[in-house]
Amino acid sequence: MLQAQGVHVRRGSKQVLQAIDLSLHAGQVLGVLGPNGAGKSSLLGALCGELTPNQGQVLMQGLALAQWQGAARARALAVLPQVSSLDFSFSVEEVVGMGRLPHASGVQRDAEIIEQALYAADAQHLLGRSYLALSGGERQRVHLARVLAQLWPGAEGSVLLLDEPTSALDPLHQHTTLQAVREIAQRGTAVLVILHDLNLAARYCDCIVLLHEGRCHATGSPQQVLTPQALKTVFGIEVLVQAHPERGHPLIIAR
Amino acid sequence: MKRLLAPRTLFLSLGLLWLLAIWLSLALGPVSLPFVDTLRAGLRLLGAPIAGQGLEQAELIVGQIRLPRTLLGLLVGAVLALSGVAMQGLFRNPLADPGLVGVASGAALGAALAIVLGSGFGGLPEALAPYLLSLCAFLGGLGVTALVYRLGRHNGRTSVATMLLAGIALTALAGAGVGLFTYLADDATLRTLTFWNLGSLNGASYQRLWPLLLVVCVVALWLPRRAQALNALLLGESEARHLGVEVETLKRELVFCTALGVGAAVAAAGLIGFIGLVVPHLLRMLVGPDHRLLLPASLLAGGTLLLFADLVARLLLAPAELPIGIVTAFIGAPFFLFLLIKGRG
Repeated sequence: MLQAQGVHVRRGSKQVLQAIDLSLHAGQVLGVLGPNGAGKSSLLGALCGELTPNQGQVLMQGLALAQWQGAARARALAVLPQVSSLDFSFSVEEVVGMGRLPHASGVQRDAEIIEQALYAADAQHLLGRSYLALSGGERQRVHLARVLAQLWPGAEGSVLLLDEPTSALDPLHQHTTLQAVREIAQRGTAVLVILHDLNLAARYCDCIVLLHEGRCHATGSPQQVLTPQALKTVFGIEVLVQAHPERGHPLIIAR
Repeated sequence: MKRLLAPRTLFLSLGLLWLLAIWLSLALGPVSLPFVDTLRAGLRLLGAPIAGQGLEQAELIVGQIRLPRTLLGLLVGAVLALSGVAMQGLFRNPLADPGLVGVASGAALGAALAIVLGSGFGGLPEALAPYLLSLCAFLGGLGVTALVYRLGRHNGRTSVATMLLAGIALTALAGAGVGLFTYLADDATLRTLTFWNLGSLNGASYQRLWPLLLVVCVVALWLPRRAQALNALLLGESEARHLGVEVETLKRELVFCTALGVGAAVAAAGLIGFIGLVVPHLLRMLVGPDHRLLLPASLLAGGTLLLFADLVARLLLAPAELPIGIVTAFIGAPFFLFLLIKGRG
């Protein structure tokens, strides 16, 4: 769906991404892991067109990203930024409803979708509240609902990029959020999610990219990528990796 | 979410207040007319078949003096309020003001240039003077805003933060220019300059309404088409882009509408502050920030508030007349401070 081919990105004099090749596939959740400054947000910026690669290109459905215009692009590609600076007292449903802007699906259908998206983000109880009165975690879930509404119900051909969607969330909502992400992927959307929690990534991602100093250190399934040696090189931490007793995915334990 | 007012109640009350302001503005003044006579004279001027005996004086005062002044107030107030909405959207800050992009200070510079240089050439031709003054003010506002916009652009993107700073710098520069012209001016010119800087709806005439009417129509028809894009812009520029909004085009339109609107308003009535700040803010407290409601509501409320301010200006020291900019500042500045203190608590 979305492909980066030999992408190099320079910010000022610093080369923040070098020779990145990756593909997002329909129905798959790709996790991006790496220490601070490894280039995770730059990668997301390059994939959504906010940053222009110095070399290489990004293709969506085989077409260069720059060729995609306005609303057509927004119907296929949704992006959840790390923080939002909204400072006006919109209601929760108005914020989520902005996700329907690129669509012309009508007020009634939009209202249904807003409700379903809020439900998926476990934020349905916030309906009717003012956005400015919400806590940081609640705001994050409302924005998640907004990008879910933008692609709702999720289909093959659409792409969702998320920058640390769980950073402000309590443990329960870290799981409900990634569960919602998995569900939209099951309906065909290709998803890329930047995460810091290795165990969340191991549990919810089909495929993981480990970024290190602007390069792809490793790519593959959680079992292939999350090895003690790779984590030692990239994060500088000593870990044990075991199989999850019930689910079988890798479980990372700091030593 | 519970708003203070439902949209229907809001527009109904705004509409009624709007009509009330027009009625009062037509009836009150140095010669107060009976309200019924004002209504009848007004309806006659609109072409309603009403008997005209005993209405000659009312018809003359309303038709020749107060109607053009009232229309000027409605248009200036409306366009200032709409520009305020546009700027608060552009800067994503509910305390932004149309003056931020330099349009008002540019217009002041243009007007000072026309007033002082005009008198240097032995006075402008009597018939052309008001037009030349308006034209210079309009072009001055447009020119400075264009420069602010140009300075904010870099690599094909417009930085709102850079525009804000460039606006501050150019406002200071234009202020210095006005100061220089003030220094060069003789006593009579100085008086003209000072009064122009304080704003007034005095001197309204039908001929001078047309250019303003045209500009207000453009702004009032254009901005509401972009209401939803403006809503999305409040999320942030990149968020709006990801929602399919052509953000650079939108920003250009907002700056252009403001420059055009405020430029024309200042050219017609001088500098009138705080309408563009207070009106959108007040309405946002009543109906929320959705631009689909905010824009039409501002159009009505801006005109209403300015007419009431003009009534105060006309009646407070009657038969003398206070410059309206003083009245709006006396209402607007405390309101602004109230917002600051309330926001802090």
